[in-house]
Amino acid sequence: MRSIRVAVAATLIVSLTACGGATSGAGEDKPSDGAKATVNLAINPWVGYEANAAVIAYILEKKMGYPVEKKELKEEIAWQGFETGEVDAIVENWGHPDLKKTYIEDKKVAVEVGPTGNDGIIGWYVPEWMTQQYPDITDYKNLNKYANLFKTSESKGKGQFLAGDPSFVTNDEALVTNLKLDYTVVYSGSEASIIKAAQQATAQKKPLLFYFYEPQWLFAKEKYVRVKLPTYTEGCDKDPKKVACDYPDYVLDKIASKKFADANSTAYQFIKNFKWTNDDQNIVSDYLTNQGMDDDQAAEKWVNEHEATWKPWVPA
Amino acid sequence: MSAPTLTRPGGRVLEKAAEADAPRRGGATRRRTAGTVLIVLAVVAYLVFRTDGAPDSDDAAAFRFFDSVRDWVDANRDTSPFFLYGINYVRLGVRLLVDVVQAGLYGLGFAGLVAAVSAIALVLAGWRTGLLAFLGFLAFGVLGLWDESVDTLVLTLSAVLLSVLIGVPLGVLAARVRWVGATLRPVLDVMQIMPTFAYLAPMTLLFLIGEPAAVIATMIYAVPATIRITALGISEVPPTAVEAATALGSTRWQLLSKVRLPMARTTLALAVNQTIMLALSMVVITALIDAPGLGQNIVNALERVNVGAAFNAGVAIVILAVVLDRITTNAARQTRIHHARRSRLIQTGIAIVVVIAAALVTINPESLPQWSAAAPVNDLVGWIELHWFDATEGIKNRVSEFLLNPLESVLVTTPWWLFVAAVAAFGTLVSGWRAALIAALSAAGIAGLGLWQHSMQTLATVLVAILLTMVIGVSVGVFCARHDRLATAVRPVLDAAQTMPSFVYLLPAVALFGNSRFTAIVAAIIFAVPPVVRLVERGVRDVPPTVVEAALSAGSTPRQLLWKVQLPMARGGLLLAANQGIVMVLAMVVVGGLVGAGALGYDVVAGFSQRELFGEGLAAGLAIVLLGILLDRLTQGFHDSKGPRR
Repeated sequence: MRSIRVAVAATLIVSLTACGGATSGAGEDKPSDGAKATVNLAINPWVGYEANAAVIAYILEKKMGYPVEKKELKEEIAWQGFETGEVDAIVENWGHPDLKKTYIEDKKVAVEVGPTGNDGIIGWYVPEWMTQQYPDITDYKNLNKYANLFKTSESKGKGQFLAGDPSFVTNDEALVTNLKLDYTVVYSGSEASIIKAAQQATAQKKPLLFYFYEPQWLFAKEKYVRVKLPTYTEGCDKDPKKVACDYPDYVLDKIASKKFADANSTAYQFIKNFKWTNDDQNIVSDYLTNQGMDDDQAAEKWVNEHEATWKPWVPA
Repeated sequence: MSAPTLTRPGGRVLEKAAEADAPRRGGATRRRTAGTVLIVLAVVAYLVFRTDGAPDSDDAAAFRFFDSVRDWVDANRDTSPFFLYGINYVRLGVRLLVDVVQAGLYGLGFAGLVAAVSAIALVLAGWRTGLLAFLGFLAFGVLGLWDESVDTLVLTLSAVLLSVLIGVPLGVLAARVRWVGATLRPVLDVMQIMPTFAYLAPMTLLFLIGEPAAVIATMIYAVPATIRITALGISEVPPTAVEAATALGSTRWQLLSKVRLPMARTTLALAVNQTIMLALSMVVITALIDAPGLGQNIVNALERVNVGAAFNAGVAIVILAVVLDRITTNAARQTRIHHARRSRLIQTGIAIVVVIAAALVTINPESLPQWSAAAPVNDLVGWIELHWFDATEGIKNRVSEFLLNPLESVLVTTPWWLFVAAVAAFGTLVSGWRAALIAALSAAGIAGLGLWQHSMQTLATVLVAILLTMVIGVSVGVFCARHDRLATAVRPVLDAAQTMPSFVYLLPAVALFGNSRFTAIVAAIIFAVPPVVRLVERGVRDVPPTVVEAALSAGSTPRQLLWKVQLPMARGGLLLAANQGIVMVLAMVVVGGLVGAGALGYDVVAGFSQRELFGEGLAAGLAIVLLGILLDRLTQGFHDSKGPRR
């Protein structure tokens, strides 16, 4: 396989010199007809995504016989992978209209493959105990009143708003500025750090205002309450710098590279058919996070117990 | 790395380090007065002109410029001749190289590769290293990280091959042709100051994500060491040997290939050693731009705050580093000892046969007994979090509140022109006007990039980190210099610490302090303390024994001996340590952006993970470079201005 690749690349260099330069995707693997080519799945850094990818990879590998390669990539970089041919599919995409425009409409290297069946919600949350102690905290207009509660070593004398991974979909900095809130956005760096902070906030009754989202396994264990921001209206988040409204509800969907879609293998059809509920995803996420299972074990357990759900995804 | 020349893990080759002469008395008083006046002036100016430290706009001209560059590149990647016939070919060529190396290593299989590496180690570096290599590579299988380790090795070797191909000829040229050397020097200086993080965004812009971009970034990071050490080796060839060869009628080519290169081969082996170590530490970081290998495991584990899983990958990286380091250092040593050619040939022959035989055996590395440190390490981390929480939290909050925050707010509210002026003034005082000019220009450049606040926050974190690093490093260094037994015990730890890639140091810091600026400070301290200890220890030990004797016989107490004699006389070493330390600290603080340290490091990460922030990320990368130049120039003067400028 490798040596074929080397030979192909070598001939490519020669032939491309003859006919006018190398394009950016030159030298990448081409899916060969008939054979089950490796499926390259991007893995974005949150556990819900990982749950989707775990089940998809497990069924592709164990039930359908495709080799699967998982690549740890942040959202934006995964989209770049469509262009270079390093990524075949993203299996939980949160909106990203700008990326869709660039890679689907303009560059035509990716296609939409339909919803995952999960509904996504992004918002600002506080632990439940705070709403009992400070009932009006769930309205953004009252947040300034409580800013003092949220001070930390990192928040520069203002209240701390804890955000996640720099690559996540966020308007938080703009929201803080435009709603004139007395807060500093502090990035914890990852989903896991937000979850840890949230759990600590509940267990030790520490005040915390943070960026969070559903589907999310933690909501099955502990209660967090969403803070009301100005209602979302169509187009109010058009200019990312002037956003002053809540996040929209997201229909999470799947994206595939054009090349992968055009080959129309059974792997592609399977990914296209994949559709499950928030509860399904939360089960697998819980396995992954709290039951100490790795991707394959978690997926195996879910797959064994939910045959009726996934059987229809596999093309006959 | 016991080497004839002084090197440091950051890759800088110190051409004759710590050559400080005794402090000059006459100018000292005058400078002290000037310094005091300047400090007073600066404080007054700050109080009069301080600003309210407005946050950076996210729409600076520099960001828009970089965004437009990105848009142009995106639009023309497959049409502009610059890409069609230039950049894209480089990408294709590097991919081909990676594929060849990969095919080779994977083709050997598990048993074959273990045998091959052990055999190479055995033949080049002796049986001890061979055994080490054998056990080390087996360990990758035992840790369950075989494929990842091989992927990392593939990228490292590819980058090292490129570095040697490009670096050795350039090094020879730099040593032989005066103007090449003169032009290269400042370029190499800047390349070596650049923190690893700053390379990533430009690389993805030109080469997209994936192995080629990773290999090229790694090569750029490692090649300065190759060039420098090669040049050093060539210029150290004794002129008498060259003279003799010339007298015998050698052509220039013969001179190079028969005299200069062979006589410099020990140094060349050292060049390869340094290149490998640097490449390895960079390859791990390129996981952020989709390079496969152990770095992916670490990134993954950091994102899931799974210190245990990261620990396994960290152990594998350290093993790989130690094995590669031992093979190359010991090979360098062996080039000096001339073995009987015959026995060497026989050894090689046997080794080749064994490797071929092993390559034919298929062993699945997963069938080895598996061992993982993940569970115990996670238990330990959990225990620490539970029991040490108050202590670690207390330290973190104390340092943030009393050191970091005040310093940060002073720096952030300083108007940029005052900062530039202060840098110029103090720079002139410490390092001479030339260095001060460069430093001041860098400061002005940072202001021009529109990232003033973030740069000052990063600077504040760096300053606190270097302060703590120096306090710890100097105490340990002095202690080691006075207690021989302790020094012997500490040395292997320092050796190991210097072979580890910087990324690994984030783990203990995160385990102890969660995600914050202080985490980055702790990681930076762990990263920078070992070389500081070494330089300080050396500085103190180099104080002539006669002077110590004289002080003792004049009735000095040990305390007086230290404060009045040893430390002042070791000043050169201390200042050099500060200069070395500060650049390393900067590199680490920036990487800390991954674990909540914010500021410039965060901007860089955000820049290559969010499209709309691309311009800002690239500008932040540039600001980091300028900050590095600024800090380096200001502190370089510490040792340069006291010795003859080379």
